Amino acid sequence: MDTIPQILFEAYRDAPDRTAITLLFSDRPEVELNYRDLVHFSAGYASSLAESGVARGNVVILILDHGADLVCAFFGTILHGAIPAIMPFLTEKLSTKQYRASLTELFAITSPRAVITYPEFVPEVQAAIENANHTGLFAPMVLSSDQVSTARSIKWDELGGMDRSSNDIVLLQHSSGTTGLQKGVALSHQAVIRQIENYAPVLELSQDDVIVSWLPLYHDMGLIAGFIMPVLARARLVLMSPFDWVRGPYRLMQAISEYRGTLCWMPNFAYNFCARKIRDRELEGVNLSSLRAVINCSEPMHWSSHQMFLERFQPYGLSPQALATCYAMAENVFAVTQGGINGPIKEDMIDRQAFSNRQVAAPIDGGLHEGSMLRMLSAGNPINNTEVRVIDSSGNELPERHVGEISLQSNCMLSGYYNRPDATEKAFIDGWYLTGDLGYQADGELYITGRVKDLIIVGGKNVYPQDLERLVEDVDGVHHGRVVAFGVFNENTGTEDVVVIAEVDLELEGKGIPCMSDPASSEGKIAAQIRQRITQGSEIALRYVCVVGRNWLLKTSSGKVARSANREKYLSEMG
Amino acid sequence: MSDHVIDELSVYMVTEILKQPERKIASGEALISSGLIDSFSLVDLSIFIEERYGVRIDDTELNADTFDTLEQLTAIIRERRT
Repeated sequence: MDTIPQILFEAYRDAPDRTAITLLFSDRPEVELNYRDLVHFSAGYASSLAESGVARGNVVILILDHGADLVCAFFGTILHGAIPAIMPFLTEKLSTKQYRASLTELFAITSPRAVITYPEFVPEVQAAIENANHTGLFAPMVLSSDQVSTARSIKWDELGGMDRSSNDIVLLQHSSGTTGLQKGVALSHQAVIRQIENYAPVLELSQDDVIVSWLPLYHDMGLIAGFIMPVLARARLVLMSPFDWVRGPYRLMQAISEYRGTLCWMPNFAYNFCARKIRDRELEGVNLSSLRAVINCSEPMHWSSHQMFLERFQPYGLSPQALATCYAMAENVFAVTQGGINGPIKEDMIDRQAFSNRQVAAPIDGGLHEGSMLRMLSAGNPINNTEVRVIDSSGNELPERHVGEISLQSNCMLSGYYNRPDATEKAFIDGWYLTGDLGYQADGELYITGRVKDLIIVGGKNVYPQDLERLVEDVDGVHHGRVVAFGVFNENTGTEDVVVIAEVDLELEGKGIPCMSDPASSEGKIAAQIRQRITQGSEIALRYVCVVGRNWLLKTSSGKVARSANREKYLSEMG
Repeated sequence: MSDHVIDELSVYMVTEILKQPERKIASGEALISSGLIDSFSLVDLSIFIEERYGVRIDDTELNADTFDTLEQLTAIIRERRT
C-alpha cells in the first residue's frame, strides 16, 4: 500500500464493521466509528472540499475540537487529495488578538486554500483572513462543519486522493508559537506509512491492541501514535479530549480499565499529574492489568516520575513491566527509538562529575552516595530503518558514552519544512538530520541528556524562548534585548517551569531575591504585566518572573543576552 | 463565613498555585477566563475544596461557566455545604 487513501480503502472493503475509533466525551455518551462510518463521514468532507474548489495538493487548516468532525475532516481532506494541518482550538484564556495574529502568520506561510471550523468560529477565522489580506495574500475560503453531511455512497474512483503518489505530501504538522508556526513539518504518504512499518513491529502492535489516548492531535505524539497509526493498523483507538483529561485525569484510568487498553503514550509530566491528582474513589473498580506499555515520550523522561506512577497504580493492576520509553520527533514522523517493550527499561548509573565536567557518561557501580550519581533512563534502541549518531560540534561521530548532538537518518524523514527550503537545508548535515538534542549511546541504547538549542519543553510541548521574550518586550518599562526566558526542571510536576528575567531601568540594588517583588512596587507591577502578557499570548502559565535592575543580565561579547549563562546565574542566586 | 472562605481560597491560590504569596486576589477578579488559574491547577483547586470543606466540584464544572471568581466559587461551596 503506497498511500493513506489506499489503506483506508482496504480497511473499508475488508473490515467495514470493525471499530476504528471510540470517541469519549465528558458531557455525552461515547461515539463509536467503524471503518464504514469513518470513511462515509470523511468522504462527506472530501466532497464538500471538492465542491468548494479546493484542489489536490492544497493545504486545508482544521480548527476543530475533539470529536468526529476533527477526525473525519482530517481523513476527508486526505481522501480528497489535499493536505490537512490541525491547529489548536482557541482556549478561553488566550487573547483573541494573539490567536488571530498567529492564524494570520500561519496563513502567510502555508497559503491554505480552505479552513474548516465550527459555524460559531467562522467570524473569528474571517477576521484573521482579513488581517492576512492586508498583507496581499490569497484568501482561503472558510468551510463550516455544519455544512458537511455524511456521504451516502462512496465513489472511490472519484476521490481525488486515490491516485496520489507515495511521495506527495499528506499532512503538515506544526508546533505552537510564532517560531513553531513558521516551520510546518511536511510529511509524505510514504514517510507516514514507513514510520508505521518501522515502529509497529518494535511495539509488537497487532489488531488486538487498544490504544487509549488523551493527547491533542495537533502534536506529533497525539497525531501519529494516538490517531493515525492505530487507525491505519486497524488497532482500536479510544480517544478522549485533552481538555477533559486535564480536568479529570481519572478518566484516562477508567477508560483503560473499561476498554481493556493495551498501549498508552504520555509525556513525562502526565505521570506525575496522574499519580498526584486522582482521588482513591475515582479509581474504585479500576483495573489496569491490560496495559502492556505506557510509553513516556516527548519530553525528558525521569526515573522519579516512573516510580511515582508505579507506586500509585500498581495496586490497581499496573505491571512494572508496562513502563516504557521512547524518543521521537515530528521530523521523523514520530518515533526514533523505543525502549522497554520486551523487558524493563535499561537504566544507566553514571558519575555526575564526569558528566558535567567532561561530558562523558562514566558508568559507576554501587557504593557511591546518591549525590555523586546520575540515574539515566534509556530511550531504547533505534526503531527499524533508523540510524542514530552522536556527533561533536564539527560533525564528527563520537565514541560510545561521549555526550554530543544526536543526529539521525531514516527512511521516513520529513519532505521538508513547508515552503521553507532555507530552514530545511539548515536542518541537515551530509544527509543527517540534526535533532538539537544532546545524548550518548551505550550498548546500543540511546540516552538523552539535554538540548543544544535553548528550547523549553513544558508538558511535552515545545516552547521557544524567543517567542516568550518577544511577548515580554511589549510590556511598558521592559526593553528589547533585555529579557531572557528559560526552563528549570520541577521534580514535583515532572516538567519544566518557565522563568522570565526582565531588566528594567530602576534602581533595585539590595532588594533581595528579585523574583519576590512586592506587588505594589513599580517592579511588582511590571512583573504582573509580564505574567498577564505571557498567559494571554502563549499556551503556558508563567510562575517565576524576576524583574531585575540595570546590568543584572549577562551578555555575550557581541552584546546578546546569553540564556544558559543567565539560567546558571539565576539558579545560583536562588540557591 | 463566606469572607472567611474567600480569604482561605485566596491564600491557597496565591501560595500553592500562583507561588506569589504577596499577591492579593480580589473577590470579583476573573480566575479561569483570564488564565490566572491555569487548567493544570484546576484539579488541585477542586481537591483542596473537597478536603477543606467537604464539597465536591465535578471535573465537568471546572470551567468559567460554573465559576470564574472567588465570589462565585464561595457561593457554590456555601450552597453545597448545607
